[in-house]
Amino acid sequence: MGMRSVVPFGPQHPVLPEPIHLDLVIEDERIIEAIPSIGFIHRGLEGLVDKRDFNQMTYVVERTCGICSFQHGMGYCEAVEHIFGVDVPKKAKYLRTLWAELGRMHSHLLWLGLLADGFGFENLFYQCWRVREKVLDMQEMTSGGRLIFSVNKVGGVIKDIPQEQLNIILKTMDEVEEELKVIKNTFFEDYSVQSRLKGVGVLTKEQINALGAVGPFARASGVNVDMRLTGYGAYPDLEFAPIVSTAGDCYARCYIRTMELFQSIDLIRQVIGKMPSETDLFVPVKGNPDGEYFMRVEQPRGEAFYYVKANGKPNLQRMRVRTPTFANIPALCEMLKNTELADVGLLVLTIDPCISCTER
Amino acid sequence: MAIMKFAPEALKNLFLKPVTTSYPAKPAEYPERSRGHIDIVIDECISCGMCVRVCPSSALSVDREKGTWTINRYDCIVCGFCAEKCPKKCLSVNPGYQTPGGEKLEAVYTKSPEVLAAEAAKRKEAAEKAAAAAKAKAEAAAKAKAEAEAQAAAAAAPKTE
Repeated sequence: MGMRSVVPFGPQHPVLPEPIHLDLVIEDERIIEAIPSIGFIHRGLEGLVDKRDFNQMTYVVERTCGICSFQHGMGYCEAVEHIFGVDVPKKAKYLRTLWAELGRMHSHLLWLGLLADGFGFENLFYQCWRVREKVLDMQEMTSGGRLIFSVNKVGGVIKDIPQEQLNIILKTMDEVEEELKVIKNTFFEDYSVQSRLKGVGVLTKEQINALGAVGPFARASGVNVDMRLTGYGAYPDLEFAPIVSTAGDCYARCYIRTMELFQSIDLIRQVIGKMPSETDLFVPVKGNPDGEYFMRVEQPRGEAFYYVKANGKPNLQRMRVRTPTFANIPALCEMLKNTELADVGLLVLTIDPCISCTER
Repeated sequence: MAIMKFAPEALKNLFLKPVTTSYPAKPAEYPERSRGHIDIVIDECISCGMCVRVCPSSALSVDREKGTWTINRYDCIVCGFCAEKCPKKCLSVNPGYQTPGGEKLEAVYTKSPEVLAAEAAKRKEAAEKAAAAAKAKAEAAAKAKAEAEAQAAAAAAPKTE
């Protein structure tokens, strides 16, 4: 038995876009335990419900996170709409789904790039982000913001996407699909990539279930959880099946996210194909919300909870967000046990940590 | 063997044009819907203050007396909520981002003197009207009071005899 020592990991680390700190208890080069600590970028967004009314909060929750910003706004709006009991126009649901899937694509492409950078494949990192740029252009063209959409409102959406823009999206999706096929081959078949990913950080289905992990991280271990199946937005009308792998290692996580990119392309095509012709984008809501609701949406990183409690005043009484990264941190600490110190950066990356979301 | 899987792609990239643009030399092109900054047609503004009330980042202020509309562009998050709620639709979200600066300066928009004068005249007229109405009301009330008192005195008079 070697001597035990503690190595701090983060909050500043090349693989981390955002600050999280881990105390790694190591024995020789092997990790015995990982102790996480978060709280470096807490901004008190939930507490802002005291000062901002429920309409203004739509714009505040969107800024929880720069990557899944649309889905944050969508989750919040759906929760408040359920309290009001309003029926959102079908077109708004379809537009929301379209934007949500665009957001998922750019998030997964960002992650694939970071992963490639994490194991030192910089060229692949550039290629992933080059493709991501096209998706960002689509977002900017349709909503006006590259990452922060500001198109949601309680009751529907603000902006419509005209047919010519839908055609441009379809055309871009074809291009993106072609380019992704090249990138996919490298991720799936390259020898050096496989040697870094295969068999590293294995988590079983039982462990995932016990630790309550969510999203692609859980699906990589064979747990079929996908909140899109709960039927919000336009998902009940679309044909898709969650992509599940049983390997539970880093390679499986990479596989899940890459295949979800193709799934998102497919979903975007379905949404555009079935886009309703009605012109109503929102239903007006009158008065203040009264009641409480739990909304669950599938963000790129997994399931996000939105709890909203209102008491008939313009300001909400309580809002609580539980983000996917927060749910995945216990499983991350379990996964880090008995791995090599050199793999820690990669393993932290495979849960797709989004710390701004987690700390709100 | 799946070694150098990416090599053909990497070699191809050697002979392609750069994907990136030479940004500062060549200005970026924004799409039509780009949310860059908020513009106001100040002479159409009625200083109702709706934009100030709905702004999530409290970046706006309105002074009705001076006829100014002030925005702190460094606080503004360009969500477009003010433009959506503006009753006169004189606010709009346009492409073109705020340039960086050393200080958090506020942009102040003042209404043109003609509009200000017209508004002042309108206000004065309204004030005079209100004053006249108040005066008329007061007179009517005084008259009614005097009548009531006279009636009361008349009613009280026979009892004393």
